[in-house]
Amino acid sequence: MIKSYGDVRALDGVDLTAPTGTVLGLLGPNGAGKTTAVRILTTLLPADGGSARVAGIDVAQEAPQLRRRIGLAGQYAAVDENLTGFENLQMVGQLYHLPKGEPKARATELLERFDLADAGGRLVRTYSGGMRRRLDLAAALVARPPVLFLDEPTTGLDPRSRIGLWETIEGRVADGTTVLLTTQYLDEADRLADRISVIDHGQVIAEGSSDELKDQVGGESLEVTLETADEAEAAIATLVEVCSAPPELDGVVLRVPVAKRKGTIALAVERLNAAGVGIDDISMHRPTLDDVFLKLTGHAAEDPEAEAE
Amino acid sequence: MGGFSAALSDTLVLSKRNFMRIVRAPDLLLAFTVQPIMFVLLFAYVFGGAIPTPGHSYINFLIPGILVQTMAFGGFVTAMGIAEDLRKGLVDRFRSLPMSRGAVLAGRTLSDIVTNGISITVMLVVGVIIGFGFESPFFHVVAGILLLLLFGYAFSWVFAFIGLTSSSPEAAQSLGFIVIFPLTFVSSAFVPPETMPAALQWFAEWNPFSITVNAIRALFIGDPAGNTVWGAVAWSVGIAAVFGVLAVAKYKRAVVR
Repeated sequence: MIKSYGDVRALDGVDLTAPTGTVLGLLGPNGAGKTTAVRILTTLLPADGGSARVAGIDVAQEAPQLRRRIGLAGQYAAVDENLTGFENLQMVGQLYHLPKGEPKARATELLERFDLADAGGRLVRTYSGGMRRRLDLAAALVARPPVLFLDEPTTGLDPRSRIGLWETIEGRVADGTTVLLTTQYLDEADRLADRISVIDHGQVIAEGSSDELKDQVGGESLEVTLETADEAEAAIATLVEVCSAPPELDGVVLRVPVAKRKGTIALAVERLNAAGVGIDDISMHRPTLDDVFLKLTGHAAEDPEAEAE
Repeated sequence: MGGFSAALSDTLVLSKRNFMRIVRAPDLLLAFTVQPIMFVLLFAYVFGGAIPTPGHSYINFLIPGILVQTMAFGGFVTAMGIAEDLRKGLVDRFRSLPMSRGAVLAGRTLSDIVTNGISITVMLVVGVIIGFGFESPFFHVVAGILLLLLFGYAFSWVFAFIGLTSSSPEAAQSLGFIVIFPLTFVSSAFVPPETMPAALQWFAEWNPFSITVNAIRALFIGDPAGNTVWGAVAWSVGIAAVFGVLAVAKYKRAVVR
């Protein structure tokens, strides 16, 4: 897919594939082109070049047929504040042209499943952020679409609501729904996605399962804060056993890439104690989105200049 | 469901939604009731004594003008609503659904007809209380009310276009005000155009507001109609057609802001 806004190439030849019944994570910073990709795939925006098929249906040529088979939940929680939760879902059911009676039945059923049954009769403007997102997701599921697009479904949510939403999404996937998920968070992609495409400046810069991506970044590392930098060499010599790659020293902080997580801290502490190396702090460092980006692109994930999505 | 009945059903679903919004947020209802009453009373009692209107009492001269002005502004709810739906991503949701492309706008403009009907009723009741009287057959009065609703409907499409063009509901409201306020004032709505400077007078005579106001005067208080009634209908249909096409084209390319 190719898409430009004026001089800005929002999508510069992005190729994506998701087998039926799997979750494809689209991971990237603001402005990477994630939302543009979702907008093209959900028929909201025409692409400048390339082609795309969703559920076997050509996005550009057969948009009306495709719209019957997709659900979209966005980062903006697109629900009507002046309707109740029930009315929102009923309206969406009516607009999908579900058979008579079905919109009401689906609304009741979804409110129940999304833990909104008690709030169903209240106006959405009284809902919390997490409740709105759940309702938004419920709205995307009204017509039981086989393909679901989730554009940053948990951005801005508190941790508890995020986990609740993740569980709901997992439930849908277990039922056989194919999902395209965009996110800025590696942990979200990690938990939900079968495959992840990392996207930056409109290009896919890495693709693979979450483990494969982490390996590209270098996996986990042990961070040891020494009492004095003088003991760095002794520490490095002591930790050879747990190293999977040459350690890096930054002031008194020693970063040691390690092959496995389990037991590493205990072993390292034991060895360092035995060698008489004084340590101030020790912790495992898991790769983050920033690490992935730093490694893959040479710049940090947050890129305020690329916000024009 | 066939194409047309699907489109009609979508339009009705959305216009019900818009109407619910007014019921749920009754502060908006003030705009359709209190504001027109305020205008009627202000003009009738503040300016009324100072403006000579040969052949009619000022209140009879005023009511048709102020009704047309209120119709022109009635669509502002559409502009604000559409700008808000765009900002909140609801337009994205609607456009991703297998629904009629025109239904979002048609539903908006249709619910404006209901609110405009409320405004007309309120203003006529207040008008009659302070001395307005029809000077024409019943059939003409009905035709006049239909023309008012048609004119209001045409301007709903102008506002739909404004709503799709502006960056926020607030901007939509003030842009609509800037565009329409001068048009309503440089017209025959409140004063006879003969009292204006020559250039304004020329504009006021060709202004679709004046033509519609004159048509309503013909239908409500028996002014000589000439061709103004059909002229007013033609203006309304033309405005609705042009802005309908513009708004639908804009809507298809609408992007979340």
